[in-house]
Amino acid sequence: MNKVAVIDYGMGNLHSVAKALEYVGKNVSVSVTSDAQTILQADHVIFPGVGAIRDCMAEIRRLHIDEIVAEVIRSKPLLAVCVGMQALMDRSEENGGVDCLGMVSGQVRLFNNAGSALVPAHVDSDGSKLKVPHMGWNSVQQVDRHPLWAGIDDGSRFYFVHSYYVELDAQEKASGVTQYGVEFTAALNKGNIFAVQFHPEKSQHSGLQLLSNFLSWDGSH
Amino acid sequence: MALAKRIIPCLDCDKGRVVKGVKFLDIRDAGDPVEISKRYSDAGADEITFLDITASHEGRETTVHTVEAIAGQVFIPLTVGGGIRTLEDIRTMLNAGADKVSINTAAVFNPDFVREAAERFGSQCIVVAMDAKKVSAPGEKDRWEIFTHGGRKHTGIDAIEWAKRMVSYGAGEILLTSMDRDGTKSGFDLPLNRAVSESVSVPIIASGGVGNLQDLADGVLEGKADAVLAASIFHFGEYTIPEAKRYMADKGITMRL
Repeated sequence: MNKVAVIDYGMGNLHSVAKALEYVGKNVSVSVTSDAQTILQADHVIFPGVGAIRDCMAEIRRLHIDEIVAEVIRSKPLLAVCVGMQALMDRSEENGGVDCLGMVSGQVRLFNNAGSALVPAHVDSDGSKLKVPHMGWNSVQQVDRHPLWAGIDDGSRFYFVHSYYVELDAQEKASGVTQYGVEFTAALNKGNIFAVQFHPEKSQHSGLQLLSNFLSWDGSH
Repeated sequence: MALAKRIIPCLDCDKGRVVKGVKFLDIRDAGDPVEISKRYSDAGADEITFLDITASHEGRETTVHTVEAIAGQVFIPLTVGGGIRTLEDIRTMLNAGADKVSINTAAVFNPDFVREAAERFGSQCIVVAMDAKKVSAPGEKDRWEIFTHGGRKHTGIDAIEWAKRMVSYGAGEILLTSMDRDGTKSGFDLPLNRAVSESVSVPIIASGGVGNLQDLADGVLEGKADAVLAASIFHFGEYTIPEAKRYMADKGITMRL
C-alpha cells in the first residue's frame, strides 16, 4: 500500500487533489491531514496551498507544518503545488512582504501587468494584454529529464491560476519554465522536493501523468 | 507559446439534472451532469461551468453531491454558480470540489460580500458574474448597465464602473453576459466585451449570444475575451469542442489543442 498524505492546513480545496491521486494511483491510500504522525508515516507527501501567502504562512507556523515539511524532505518525496511551492521560497512580495520557509533559495514576485515609468507593462508572446491572475492553460518547457516528466511531452499545457511567481536564485534548479510576460519557474527540483506552480490535479492527462509519476518516484534525482 | 484562450461549456442544472437539454448522439443519460462533464472534458473543454438554477434548499443538497461526483471524475477546473450568497455557500462548494464560484446577484445587493469572499478564499476562486444590457440610445456613446433577475431588474449601475469596482474588491475573473444577446445566437456583444476587458486587469469570460464558431473567434479577437462560454451550440451537437478549437486556432488564436 502506497500511503499518501495531503497536508491540510485549512487553506482551500484539497478534495480535488485527493480525488486525482485516488484516480491515478493503484493501491494508494490518501489521507488529507495535518497530523504529524500520519504525514511522517506516509510514503509520499503533497504540500498544497491556495489563497494569500500571509494567511498560508500563519497557518503553516501555527500548526507546525514548517517543522513537519522539514522532516519530510529529509526522508521522502514531497510534491509542493501552487502556493505550496511559493511557501518553500525565502520570501514573497505578496501582502507587503512575507517571510517564507527558505527551503529553496529565491523570491516570489508579482506579475507586472500595469507597468510604470521605468518598467513597461508586460504582454504575452502573442501580443495579448497580460491579465493577472495568470489563469488558464500554459505551456511548460522541461529543462531537465526528471522522472516526474516521464510520459509528458515537452511543452505540454498545464492549468495555472496565480498572480505571483517563483524567481529562483542562481544556485537553484528549475525543472520547467513558462513564459508569461517574463519567464518564470513552473517546476523545480531540489533533492526530495518537486514543486509545481500549476495544478496537476486540474491539468487533465498531463497533470494526472505527473501525479502518477510522483507516486512512483522514490525521491532520487 | 502563449497562454491559451479557453472554451468553457456551461451546464444549467436543476436539482442535479441538466436542463435546456443536451443532445449527444451516444450519451446514456442526457440529463446527467457527471456524464456530460466527463464527455466535455474528454473532448478538450478547458473548464466546465455548472450553473445551479435550483430554487429549493433540498435541491441544493443534490447540487453539492453532483459537484462532488463531477470533481471525482473530471480533472479540469470546475466553476459553480447560481445561488451563491454566503461565505458558507462558497465553503460548501469548494469543499465539494469546485475550483471557483461565481457570484452574481449577491454581489449587486451586497458588494462587500465579494471583498469578504476574496479575502477568505482568495481571488483565484472568486468569479463575479455580471449581466449587462445596453442602455445608450442609438447615436450616443455606448453605455451598458447591470441587470439582475435574468435581465428583468434594472439596477442603474454602469457596467464598466461595476467591473472595475468588483476587481478592486478582489474578483479574480469576470463572467460577462450580454442580456441583449443571450439566447439570440447573434454573437457576443463585442463592444461591451472589449470595453470591460480593456478596463480591468483580470481575465474576462464572454457569454451570451454564441451562434457559430466565428462568434467564438470574434469574442477573443474583437471582444478581447480571455475565455468564451457557450451552452447550446455544444449541447445540441451543432459543433464539437475540437471543431471550435481548431477553428479558433486557424484564426490565429492560441488554443490548447
